[in-house]
Amino acid sequence: MTPKFEYAPAPESRSVVDIASSYGLFIGGDFVDPTDGKSFKTVNPATEEKLADVSEASAADVDKAVRAARRAYDRTWSRMSGAERGKYLYRIARLLQERAREFAVLETLDNGKPIKESRDVDVPTAAAHFFYHAGWADKLEYAGLGPAPKSLGVVGQVIPWNFPLLMLAWKIAPALATGNTVVLKPAETTPLTALLFAEVCRQADLPPGVVNIVTGAGPTGQAIVDHPGVDKIAFTGSTDVGKAIARAVAGTRKRVTLELGGKAANIVFDDAAIDQAVEGIVNGIFFNQGHVCCAGSRLLVQESIADDVVHRLQRRLRTLRVGDPMDKNTDVGAINSAAQLARITELTDAGVAEGAQRWSPDVELPKRGYWFAPTVFTGVSQTHRIAREEIFGPVLSVLTFRTPDEAVAKANNTPYGLSAGIWSEKGSRILAIADKLRAGVVWANTFNRFDPTSPFGGYKESGYGREGGRQGLAAYLDTEGTH
Amino acid sequence: MSPTSATSQARELLGVSSLTNKALRTWLYGLPGVDQVGLEGRAAALATRSIKTDSKAWAIDTAIGMIDLTTLEGADTPGKVRSLCAKAELPDPTDLSTPQVAAVCVYGDLVGVAKDALRGSDINVAAVATAFPSGRATLPVKLADTRDAVEAGADEVDMVIDRGAFLAGDYRLVFDQIAAVKQACARPDDAPDAHLKVILETGELATYDNVRRASWLAMLAGADFIKTSTGKIQPAATMPVTLLMLEAVRDWRELTGAMVGVKPAGGIRTSKDALRYLVMVSEIAGDDWLTPQWFRFGASSLLTDLLLQRQKLRTGAYSGADYVTID
Amino acid sequence: MPRLEVRKTYKLYIGGKFPRSESGRSYEVSSAGRSPKFLANAAQGSRKDIRDAVVAARGAVKGWSGATAYNRGQVLYRVGEVLEGRRDQFIAEVAASEGLTKPQATKLVDAAIDRWVWYAGWPDKLAQVLGNLNPVAGPYFDISAPEPTGVVGVLAPQDSSLLGLVSVIAPAIVSGNTVVVVASEDRPLPAISLGEVLATSDVPAGVVNIVTGRTAELAPWLASHADVNALDLTGATELPWAELEASAAETLKRVVRPAGDGSGAEEPDWLVTPDLSRMHAFLETKTVWHPKGM
Repeated sequence: MTPKFEYAPAPESRSVVDIASSYGLFIGGDFVDPTDGKSFKTVNPATEEKLADVSEASAADVDKAVRAARRAYDRTWSRMSGAERGKYLYRIARLLQERAREFAVLETLDNGKPIKESRDVDVPTAAAHFFYHAGWADKLEYAGLGPAPKSLGVVGQVIPWNFPLLMLAWKIAPALATGNTVVLKPAETTPLTALLFAEVCRQADLPPGVVNIVTGAGPTGQAIVDHPGVDKIAFTGSTDVGKAIARAVAGTRKRVTLELGGKAANIVFDDAAIDQAVEGIVNGIFFNQGHVCCAGSRLLVQESIADDVVHRLQRRLRTLRVGDPMDKNTDVGAINSAAQLARITELTDAGVAEGAQRWSPDVELPKRGYWFAPTVFTGVSQTHRIAREEIFGPVLSVLTFRTPDEAVAKANNTPYGLSAGIWSEKGSRILAIADKLRAGVVWANTFNRFDPTSPFGGYKESGYGREGGRQGLAAYLDTEGTH
Repeated sequence: MSPTSATSQARELLGVSSLTNKALRTWLYGLPGVDQVGLEGRAAALATRSIKTDSKAWAIDTAIGMIDLTTLEGADTPGKVRSLCAKAELPDPTDLSTPQVAAVCVYGDLVGVAKDALRGSDINVAAVATAFPSGRATLPVKLADTRDAVEAGADEVDMVIDRGAFLAGDYRLVFDQIAAVKQACARPDDAPDAHLKVILETGELATYDNVRRASWLAMLAGADFIKTSTGKIQPAATMPVTLLMLEAVRDWRELTGAMVGVKPAGGIRTSKDALRYLVMVSEIAGDDWLTPQWFRFGASSLLTDLLLQRQKLRTGAYSGADYVTID
Repeated sequence: MPRLEVRKTYKLYIGGKFPRSESGRSYEVSSAGRSPKFLANAAQGSRKDIRDAVVAARGAVKGWSGATAYNRGQVLYRVGEVLEGRRDQFIAEVAASEGLTKPQATKLVDAAIDRWVWYAGWPDKLAQVLGNLNPVAGPYFDISAPEPTGVVGVLAPQDSSLLGLVSVIAPAIVSGNTVVVVASEDRPLPAISLGEVLATSDVPAGVVNIVTGRTAELAPWLASHADVNALDLTGATELPWAELEASAAETLKRVVRPAGDGSGAEEPDWLVTPDLSRMHAFLETKTVWHPKGM
């Protein structure tokens, strides 16, 4: 009888972060109460325990925030040299590093993602974003975006719940570096790290009003989008909301960038480095519980190796550790909300109803909280809902192909175009396939890599504009005329 | 298993009528490639596993029991070997519940000393052989080296492959030498054969693709264990290399049904490292490999650190070097 | 007795051919200025002509975007050469269409040819100017480069019948996009003549498709067409462009708004030297990662 290597619980300490019982709105450098006194609660999705009451910003609160941002823009931020702006961003980057553990714990409590991901990915990458953009602040004329790029003014930013702090960094760092001021709304289920970030802004002595954080749900976001004093909207979230925003700004002069949904194909050729491909598949769809817009949710595997790949994948999934997100050994954490869990459940039920074969490893899910076991569907075809619709959960659909052309055709056969993966040991094939894929990010022999220097964003209905890199700066600068 | 039978088994597995170098090459190059960055990323991810309390205590004891306590110096003497054997049998005189190590690993001429010192214990004696560490000798010399150790009572033989031949593409030569050494490990009648560990010396193979091919070639030729390194070449054992070899034995078992052991050797000095290796064993090859029968650490100083950590777990206070015996 | 001129029938330009509108309709085009004079009957395109043009444009994407940048530059320069050969014809057409004197028209036609040649030099430089290697913090080769967005619907400027037209078509196609152009409603004749130039200068069929007719009738079909990736509203100066932009939002088309402030729209001064923005508007940045290992 072979002993089994059981890992004892290795919980991260919750006590490293203080959570207030209630939070105001961060407007003009202060936490203020919402005008109509409304609030909502944010819960730990792993336990359903309430973490805090958070203010719900009304249109009037949004108006206050936009005015504060405008004042800060006119009086301080737009007049400051790029070098000074950059120094503020460096401060913020350092503060994020100094308080990294706090942020990681808070992110995991509020979001449900494994602590090892918030600790090793979300928080360090967020800090890196501020570092990268800090250096741009006084070098914008070298960005290749025209000789005298100008800031836009007040930027309204609405971000999702899947990477709360990281998405905040993706939005705020370039906006500030380029000289804009910000009104940002975090997602209603994950507001806490944004509110902790507000405290970082205070520690950095960032001029009041340069960053304003308004919490709330859809109506708060809509108030930002509709506010006439906002010069630019940056949104990350669902394609449906992205379309609504694009409609809402139609006929105005507001600039918009949208980073929306995806249904990425992860293409595995028969000559792939198979063990690394399996890791890439797992990382592609089970990283962050699959709550990733660029998740490799459609596995396209060459028919000749399909059985072997599925076998290896299933064996690998049996070693995934699903459970308490605060445990340092947890690989797959909680689903972010009851609503998201319902959506995943609905789509997976549709997968079964449409005739695909469903498989999950034996995992014991916690009794409380929102949980969904890692799931693989085989026998999926392009017509199935699980192959077309974004599930945004730990659910992989496996499809097969016979030839490279068929792989490309299937990969591109979607209104989305955010990301794609290619696994092959043949360099020329990778380059040819990468050329043909209609996706903003192509990961070849890797997946779900992010870097502040690397532009991210989609084709087609996955949105427009890029975040990160030189290209990402363009989203926040008036660089060119209209001729 | 005679070289002939190894050859015929290999022919069957490869589906060829003649085990030519070309046939071996075709087979080895048909193995999936290894992406360095992906492999190293996976090893790094596994290294973040946090092993606490009960599982840590279990893992430390398991690791101690997997050690091939090694001395391979030109300055080795019978006295040094006896001292090492004493520590192998009684790693921590202050705590008799401490497990014994799996084996003591010495040069061939000291096998007799070690056997005498360990008489009556369950600890094996392993001998390095085949012109260790370079392997640069003719086959008759390598076989004589092996037989010498086996006749002196070695329970295990750690041979080195001919890396020159491997890098030159002479896979048949490498295969034949392993198969011949394996045969030299045989004992007459009912006496158990010496177990053959095949050292790939991964630090000289240069690429992970080569490590994968060498692993498969060694298993095809009859290796009971595949071992990373002699400890004389840097880099010695690394997590990615060991992970790759664990994948090889895992896949070999799926192909043939037979289990082969894995032994990282050299460079593993801390308990933290050892626990990371055990995590890899568990998550890559599976818990079936979590016994000294199928996994070993080739190490000298590792035992000391494991004992310090064991004392810390027992007493709750950090221990010090003076509270662990040197060998 | 002077020789009787052979008149041209102005038709649509779709998929490299010159069909009449499937609707069979045509409309009268007169010269601009104080005493309008009949110039020709232009085809009055329909929604089905737009549909056919989008099919042709989509069909041409693969070949045009897949051609080497050098090849696209060669083909576009060839267009410049053929334009130059027809300079006199265009001067006459622009003068009549826009109600200009011959010297005024000459200036615009020369600017149009020069603008085309300016754009013809861009295909093999865009990736170098807009793309780059990304120094990511890890062992990866990571490169970003622009790619064409696909099929671009263009509402051509209403006033500037050739210079404006060239200034919106060329930047869209240099990078490998294909276009469906709704020509200036009242001044469509230079557009069809440009089509003739394109048809005789190695531009593959379907890369540029030109539909003449009523902009207000045609624009909504282009804006709502799901197989159109981007929409240039430059010529929507007399239309409720907010509605067109909202319609384009249904499939998240990239939209170039008309020039001007607020909800107004005006035609820009086409003699101003262009920058990258019109090319940039119809490009996607693709970023490709690959590990570096032995």
